[in-house]
Amino acid sequence: MNVKLALAVLLLLPLQAAAQGFAGLGTDAEGFTTPDPATVLEFPADHGAHPDYRIEWWYLTANMTGPDGTDYGLQWTLFRSALAPRDGYGWDTPQLWMGHAAITTPDAHFVAERLARGGIGQAGVTATPFAAWIDDWTMQGDDFDTLRLTASGPDFAYDVGLTVAGPLVLHGQNGYSVKSAAGQASHYYSQPSFKLTGTLTLPQGEVVVTGSAWLDREWSSQPLGADQTGWDWFSLSFDSGDKMMGFVLRGAKDYTSATWIGADGRTEALPDGAFTATPLLEHRVAGRTLPVEWRVQLPAKGVDVTVAALNRDAWMATSVPYWEGPVTVSGSHAGRGYLEMTGYDD
Amino acid sequence: MPLKGNTMLLSLRHVTKTYPRAETAVFRQVSLDLDAGEMLALTGESGSGKSTLLHLIGGLDTADSGSVAVAGIDLTPLDDAGRAALRRGTVGVIFQQFNLIPSLTVAANIAFQARLSGRHDPDRARMLAERLGLKDHLDKHPEQLSGGQQQRVAIARTLAAAPRLVLADEPTGNLDEATADTVFALMCELVSETGAGLVLVTHSQRLAARLGRRLHLGAGQLIEGLAV
Amino acid sequence: MTGAVLSALLGHWRRNPLQLFTLLAGLALGTALWSGVQAINAEARASYDAAAATLGEGSYGQIVARDGGEIGQETYVALRRGGWLVSPVVEGRLGPVRIIGIEPLTAPRGVGPLGLGEQADLGAFLTGEGQIFGRADTLAQLAETGARLVDAPDVAPATAIMDIGLAQRLLGREGRIDRLILAPDQPLSRPALSTLAPDLVEAARQDGGDVARLTDSFHLNLTAFGLLSFVVGLFIVHGAIGLAFEQRRPMVRTLRALGVPLRRLIALMALELVGLGLVAGLAGVALGYAVAAALLPDVAATLRGLYGADVSGQLTLRPAWWLSGLAIAMGGTAVASAGALLSLARMPLLASAHPRAWAMARGGVRLAVLAVALLALAGGLALWGRGLLAGFAMLAALLVGGALVLPPLLGQALRVAEGRATGVLAQWFWADTRQQIPGLSLSLMALLLAMTANVGVSTMVSSFRLTFTGFLDQRLASELYVSASDAAQAADIVAVAGAGVKAILPILSVEAKAASQPVEVYGARDHATYRDNWQLLRSFPDVWDRLAQGEGVLVNEQLYRRGGVDLGALVAVSPRLTLPVLGIYGDYGNPLGQVIVNEAVFAGQFPDVVALRFGLRVDPSEVAALRKTLRDQAGVPESAMVDQAAIKALSLSVFERTFTVTTALNVLTLAVAGFAMLMSLLTLATMRLPQLAPVWALGLTRRKLALLDLVRAVVLAALTGALALPLGLALAWALLAVVNVEAFGWRLPMYLFPLDYLRLGGLALLAAALAALWPAWRLSQMPPVQLLGVFRNER
Repeated sequence: MNVKLALAVLLLLPLQAAAQGFAGLGTDAEGFTTPDPATVLEFPADHGAHPDYRIEWWYLTANMTGPDGTDYGLQWTLFRSALAPRDGYGWDTPQLWMGHAAITTPDAHFVAERLARGGIGQAGVTATPFAAWIDDWTMQGDDFDTLRLTASGPDFAYDVGLTVAGPLVLHGQNGYSVKSAAGQASHYYSQPSFKLTGTLTLPQGEVVVTGSAWLDREWSSQPLGADQTGWDWFSLSFDSGDKMMGFVLRGAKDYTSATWIGADGRTEALPDGAFTATPLLEHRVAGRTLPVEWRVQLPAKGVDVTVAALNRDAWMATSVPYWEGPVTVSGSHAGRGYLEMTGYDD
Repeated sequence: MPLKGNTMLLSLRHVTKTYPRAETAVFRQVSLDLDAGEMLALTGESGSGKSTLLHLIGGLDTADSGSVAVAGIDLTPLDDAGRAALRRGTVGVIFQQFNLIPSLTVAANIAFQARLSGRHDPDRARMLAERLGLKDHLDKHPEQLSGGQQQRVAIARTLAAAPRLVLADEPTGNLDEATADTVFALMCELVSETGAGLVLVTHSQRLAARLGRRLHLGAGQLIEGLAV
Repeated sequence: MTGAVLSALLGHWRRNPLQLFTLLAGLALGTALWSGVQAINAEARASYDAAAATLGEGSYGQIVARDGGEIGQETYVALRRGGWLVSPVVEGRLGPVRIIGIEPLTAPRGVGPLGLGEQADLGAFLTGEGQIFGRADTLAQLAETGARLVDAPDVAPATAIMDIGLAQRLLGREGRIDRLILAPDQPLSRPALSTLAPDLVEAARQDGGDVARLTDSFHLNLTAFGLLSFVVGLFIVHGAIGLAFEQRRPMVRTLRALGVPLRRLIALMALELVGLGLVAGLAGVALGYAVAAALLPDVAATLRGLYGADVSGQLTLRPAWWLSGLAIAMGGTAVASAGALLSLARMPLLASAHPRAWAMARGGVRLAVLAVALLALAGGLALWGRGLLAGFAMLAALLVGGALVLPPLLGQALRVAEGRATGVLAQWFWADTRQQIPGLSLSLMALLLAMTANVGVSTMVSSFRLTFTGFLDQRLASELYVSASDAAQAADIVAVAGAGVKAILPILSVEAKAASQPVEVYGARDHATYRDNWQLLRSFPDVWDRLAQGEGVLVNEQLYRRGGVDLGALVAVSPRLTLPVLGIYGDYGNPLGQVIVNEAVFAGQFPDVVALRFGLRVDPSEVAALRKTLRDQAGVPESAMVDQAAIKALSLSVFERTFTVTTALNVLTLAVAGFAMLMSLLTLATMRLPQLAPVWALGLTRRKLALLDLVRAVVLAALTGALALPLGLALAWALLAVVNVEAFGWRLPMYLFPLDYLRLGGLALLAAALAALWPAWRLSQMPPVQLLGVFRNER
């Protein structure tokens, strides 16, 4: 049995489901709770898991700099996927967990993956005190504002501290984020303003780094439209202190969404079409061709920038592969951020 | 086992033979006597049974009824081994073809029957080879010889064993007329020198006419003289 | 026209059912032997591949409880949370079925039910009533559990695989784990196992290498047989088709004279052959299946002995296998008929239409030259060839050359016999026998190869057995071998065992590189055990004294051969120490090179390495008691103790099984060769009448002729046997001294077994006599009319 393949089907619905429009999952929630615009997010409770939703993730990316000025990227992700809308104890639980961790340097990209069953303590998330873990990878702290983040792979490890420097950001309508014209949606909020200090362990040795991190929290039961094949997601932090999140869901008709986060902490959700991303340069990686340089425009905020990958080969060769890596921003605004591209089949 | 009061070399009495799976007998109640030194031509149409009659005389086949005696030995009660002994020692058969042993040399072929019957005489074999014009071919194998030469080897082989009765079945049937005449003449000459009896089966009136006595087999019966 | 021609062609078979039978049976038997051996090999490999994959043994390290007991699930979680990438396994029995519970998310790739990719439904496997994977016969033995049963032929026999949760529930062992599979890639750093789980130990590396390697020899043995069977089969097929074509020459001439184009005729005959090949191939595959099914239980028992795991005695019909069987049949037909079709294509319209009974003799000189060339090639490869491929090429050249040289050699022998014969009958007998050789040569070659295979393979197996058991006596001189999981347990073992044993021989080892080969460096204590028992292949005088003084090293044969280190050559024991080779020892069953140094030298170079393995010298009667003491007082699990008697018994039983299979294949090959001879004799019987009839007419009884025919077959078999013996010994030598060296790195001394050869010779004569019996009987009963038919004027 190709466990990994089967698992990928279950775990990575949001990443790849749309590519094949997996059996009925895009349209029918099968007993899972579906996102409701009337839901009011409550913290810290909503930092924890929502087992009655099909999928959920804790997704942290960071842009960092070493003592010599070298740029680094870091990813720590915990996915939750439920086979049925309930929790449970022991092997019987339908909750499955998957972790992805990566470090990106200008010329290398290190990746590791972990899988675990819920119910036995190997992986899980608690809201208070906050802890998210799978095996020895952890993201935990007394509360959500001060976190310690660790992960390791066969050829890399990291151990960094995160301190909050701004408020949580609710995307869409109070955290209700629409994903297609047909109305598919998720609950989606971010903490885009972590300050980071810590140590990366690479084959060459340890590197002390400082930087900033962006944590995405999202859960849903029916995230994509049947015709949607994948997405391109941008999280950009400008030197001006402003930040923005924008994504394009590629489908029969592209659907875009963006959130503007002003330096003053005010946020603004922008509707479909306000945000555009145009590929500028394509690159061949892992047998596929992907855009690694983009023109990103948000005219409402005067943004017209070029987003370029720090390392074009930031390929996540995991159960379901995708591209995820740090980017630099130039043009109307300068800065850096992260780019995620899914659904590019070979 | 000499039969009382019978000094004939060959004596057939009331011999009947039916082929396996055949309705009617090929010949019925046939009788025939032959003296030593006598040379007999047996003629008949194809399928008249003349070869079969020859086979009965040679102990190659058995009659349904009647008796066959060669040199005073009644063949009727003989078993396989007895008939084989008769073929080795008393009679000699010359066939139209396929009668040489391909695996042996000409010399070995000539000596074969004589050695089997324990009467091998190298001088006699040499003389026969010489007379039959085979002197230069003794080390060859039969397939290296022409048809006429092969038949001479067969004649030499039979006569080397000094049988008392020579049986020849169309011995020149495969040869052209000139060769046939030469070989035939040589055979008759050599047979008569040994004083053996000869039964020649042929459909050739011309050859038959050269022998002292002629019988015709037709409609299952023997008739003296040539068929008209 | 096509229909008419086809009906004429096929009519031949209707009138000659025996010939049709020969052709089909020859093809079918050749295919059967080949595919039978293939099936055994494939099944055996699949069986223990499945077993190994299921258990994660061999490919992955294992963590077990120090006391051999179970592991708490919380310990598993603690290890995972500590960074140890391990996957839990629970095992148990439900009646006759071995239950294995795995955790598919953490199991390394390849562990668990294999090859079910698309069928897998992870959700169904993990949740609800679950799924159980197993072979159909295994699943049928399970009580109803509510789980969905999935037929999975790749799962090891008598084994059911399911999710660990379901397995724990079925076995009544919730929260319990038996062992942990260690993933090959572990994170950069993690706490020591003793910190996280002091009760667990990494299982001592499986040191069954010595015995496990036997399997490879076993398969080499079978593969050699497969090759030989195939060649035997090919000769039979070639013979059958050749004869069939020879006999149809007159018909071909007639058809052509009647205006059938040659191309059409050849195409139709090829089509006919394809049909016959298919029929015979199918029958052969079915027969091969039967052969394999009959032999497999013994093979399975052999492998059970080796692996201690269940191996199926049942055969799975693998599509790849029967397709390849069919392909072999078709390929064999094509190879065998190519020559016949070609000669037909070249046959002039007015060529002699008689079946050329001895036509097989054509090209005799060319074949003899080819045979000599092949034998010379085999000799050259033996002397100068390098690599396994050269070894097998040499085998092939030797066998084919040997087969091709048979007819000229037989001809020569018979010519000599003919020259010496005095009696006229004897002379004729030898001459006639010689004349028969071309017609019989193919079946005689098959007989030759069968006997060669018999001599070669049984010599190899017997030599191997003698050598290996002798080797075990030397190498396993200690009565009990104990592995410690760590230094503390090693100290316990020394303390506990110290009192009761005659000697404790620590076995120190470290992996290193020497002579650019990966090697194991061993430190050995100077003890009579070694001096008395070890026999060196080559050595300097006073080798043991000099070794004890630290003046040099011993190396095993593998290192000597692969690294080219002869006596006196310098070997780097460590980066700081280089010592000369004092002696070379045989080390059968080990894939790696080895260097042995004195204990003190080892300690000087590798001060951090402590002995974890010990050989204990003790009175054999006290072994059981010592095991118990070690288990109770030093916590040594049973699996970490191996006693000498058990290993020897295991090895011997493995050999016994090998012999059973080998003997069965021997008899079978001989039987097939006998059958080939029978068919040749039957076919020749009709063609030979023109040779026999004159002799009969000149005064030999049919009985006597028949008797001579019988004697002839036996004489030919005896002469063939006389060639088979040296050829078989050459084959054995090639297997032992060339193929083994190339494949495994050790050369086995060759022993001779004259009694076995005598018995084999007797068997071969019997086979030949049996084959000749029926044709001879038919000849003795032949009506004179039929013999007289030869002389009929109106032919």
